[in-house]
Amino acid sequence: MLILNCPYCGVDAEETELAAGGEAHLKRFGPGSSDDEFHDYLFMRENPKGVHFERWRHANGCGKWFHAARCTNTLEVFGTYTAQTSEPPQDIKDAIAAKRPGWTWREFS
Amino acid sequence: MSEPISALNHASYDGIANVRECGLQGMITLRGDLSDKSLAKAVKDATGQNVPGQREALVSGDTGVCWMSPDELLVLVPYAEVETKLAAMVKALGKTHTLAVNVSDARAVFTISGASAREVLGKVAPVDLSSEAFQPGQIRRSRLAQVAGAFWMDDAETFRVVCFRSAADYVFKLLKVAAQPGSEVGVY
Ligand SMILES: [Zn+2]
Repeated sequence: MLILNCPYCGVDAEETELAAGGEAHLKRFGPGSSDDEFHDYLFMRENPKGVHFERWRHANGCGKWFHAARCTNTLEVFGTYTAQTSEPPQDIKDAIAAKRPGWTWREFS
Repeated sequence: MSEPISALNHASYDGIANVRECGLQGMITLRGDLSDKSLAKAVKDATGQNVPGQREALVSGDTGVCWMSPDELLVLVPYAEVETKLAAMVKALGKTHTLAVNVSDARAVFTISGASAREVLGKVAPVDLSSEAFQPGQIRRSRLAQVAGAFWMDDAETFRVVCFRSAADYVFKLLKVAAQPGSEVGVY
């Protein structure tokens, strides 16, 4: 059972209140991008065993989208944070580093 | 004009708690910047209440205001006054970037009352309803089994539950089953 704290309403929401929104921090490639960039943006996803960043929506709750950093291996949650950012905030990165020294994910570490 | 009637017209059930459809309730969804002064004034004029903080429910009977999200409030007024209050609210908000809509007829409201009220609701919502965690003055949006719902407490033994009107029959039957005689769990 996954429990994520919604940063908007402060509720510790259990998984059935939430809707999964896939990988976080995708960089959008739209008109004017190359076919390869567009292809990767549409189809290529991380599938790590370990540290992962995801989008979630508090669907049966305040309705807001937010970000979560967690471990796909242990289901440990490192933290949740606002959707109004294009990269994980420093405190989240620090929390991960404390538990998983040397972690990397896409361009983040 | 036809007479407005609530979804289940005051249907009631007595089990380990009483489950009752409350009848018509005026409800206005208000979206905007909750720190805005004209929004605060509109809420005060309509309900006599301040803008609630995170997950606060400032409600007395059928009048009050609940925090729904960082940019949304649920304003409760008597059903008969909802159009007048909404018009006054829209006027008070003026050009402020907000949205105020009468949603009264899109909703159904129930009370669950009695010593086992926490038990009944606790069976259908994934929420800690112990008296340490949930008290009068708080609102929680969650799910009631398979449909969306929100609830707050009128007093220590009474929940007021809001759902979509289209799901009223489902929610009433759900709460009836949860309140069946002899079905106390003994958790709360
Ligand atoms: Zn939330």
